[in-house]
Amino acid sequence: MYDLLIMPFAEFGFMRRALVGCLALSLAAPPLGVFLVLRRLSLTADVLAHGVLPGVAAAYLVAGMSVPALWAGGLAAGLAVAVGAGALSRATGGREDATLAALYLLALASGVTLVSLGGGTADLKALLFGSVLGVDDEALLLMAAVSTLTLFALAVAWRPLVMEWFDPSFARAAGARGGAWHMLFLGLLVLNLLAAFQALGTLMGVGLMMLPAIAARHWAREVGLMAYAAAGIAIVSTVIGLLLSFHLDLPSGPSIVLVAGLAWACSVLLGPVDGLLPRLVHRRHLAG
Amino acid sequence: MTPPLLTVADITVCHGRRPAVHHLSGRFYPGSMTAIVGPNGAGKSTLLRALAGLHAPESGRIEAPGMKKGDLALLPQQAALDRAFPIGCLDVVMQGFWVRYGAWRAIPPSARAEAEAALAAVGLDGFARRHVGSMSAGQFQRLLFARLLVQDAPVILLDEPFNAVDAKTAADLLAVLRRWHGEGRTVIAVLHDLDMVRREFPQTLLLARDPIGWGPTEQVLSAENRLRARMMAETWSAEAEACDQPRAA
Repeated sequence: MYDLLIMPFAEFGFMRRALVGCLALSLAAPPLGVFLVLRRLSLTADVLAHGVLPGVAAAYLVAGMSVPALWAGGLAAGLAVAVGAGALSRATGGREDATLAALYLLALASGVTLVSLGGGTADLKALLFGSVLGVDDEALLLMAAVSTLTLFALAVAWRPLVMEWFDPSFARAAGARGGAWHMLFLGLLVLNLLAAFQALGTLMGVGLMMLPAIAARHWAREVGLMAYAAAGIAIVSTVIGLLLSFHLDLPSGPSIVLVAGLAWACSVLLGPVDGLLPRLVHRRHLAG
Repeated sequence: MTPPLLTVADITVCHGRRPAVHHLSGRFYPGSMTAIVGPNGAGKSTLLRALAGLHAPESGRIEAPGMKKGDLALLPQQAALDRAFPIGCLDVVMQGFWVRYGAWRAIPPSARAEAEAALAAVGLDGFARRHVGSMSAGQFQRLLFARLLVQDAPVILLDEPFNAVDAKTAADLLAVLRRWHGEGRTVIAVLHDLDMVRREFPQTLLLARDPIGWGPTEQVLSAENRLRARMMAETWSAEAEACDQPRAA
């Protein structure tokens, strides 16, 4: 039992760092994902993840696997796509999904081109799929910092964000500058995606943000409880996923996301809210 | 003569180039209770949103000397809200505390009690933990009124508050409106029921894109004015030319 569950973390520093880093992310990213799910923007995280690729790839070409450079490039590209999509769609008739799709495809193609221009396939694999070895102390510090910043920001922004999305007219009339809080939310989204790339890679980073959030929908009817459920599912997925990747020699990113996917499947089957199996259980209706 | 609270100076509010409110001028006085009526498409909701600061007039000015953001409380049309959002009733009512507490300050337990009292005042006692998706249109409208109660604003704008609610709910919510009027708040409501307007609202603005009448209800709602409004609505053409009327300075 000890060998199975504790030993990988007790004996290996890189496993410990990956665990702490991913746990930090599991607290901060899923609540953001819950908001995306509620606003029917579940694909936005994926679009943004592809949007940062050209920035990360360009930084990699210029500076190699330098974490600050990758972050700077990714942040610039991510914010450009996020804010650009919002502003552009508002200025050209409101088709936000179409604008996002256009930007995402453009970004993906540019990113792949840049990466293929650049370098070694080993590094490319690490970039795309993540590498548990990639979480050095510097990366860990960045992941923890992003997580802390996100949690503090959410504590303040929660009320105006919920207000803005439930009733935007009321929010504007009351003077809550919903647009500004929305921009803050997008910024947090990009930061968390970049942080997730360290251990999970660009392809999988979205998974830890979205799958627990989508699963949480089946466990709670209220947005705050959904956020807690999502964080909980993400934490469990992280631990089990890392253990699996260690014992079965699998890449860390896909392992964690596979476990999260399994959690989602269980939620769809068994979750009390809109779950498939609870429908089969007949409960007497209330008296009134 | 008390100074006006809100002055509307020759405003035109457009959607694109089409005017929804066309060259309207007038005043709302503090403590007044005004109904905005008119045919569908007359610009009533647009005017309300312009007063709330959500829709800038294409020309003209809205003057509100001494009023801060948050002095105007808006009840939007129910259709504009996301009813599927997973939020509980008490949380919706607590949104009314935004002006008082903002994002940074903690909401004290006394405020929670105030929110629960507001729910009881609109007949939703015990609904604190219910989520909005499970409520009927009438219950939801009561909930939005509870939010307004908690906002405690001096000016209250209501966009079709009695649409799609039953007679009992309408009567209960009308009692809340009367209470606000009694407390000296300024109430402006877009309404369709002319009998209710005649009974309850001393002032009326009859709008058919262009203003037809603004003043005491009995005078404004004359048969002649109502006929004019209907006829104007029937002539809103598909092809119109640029407006020749002189714009306000």
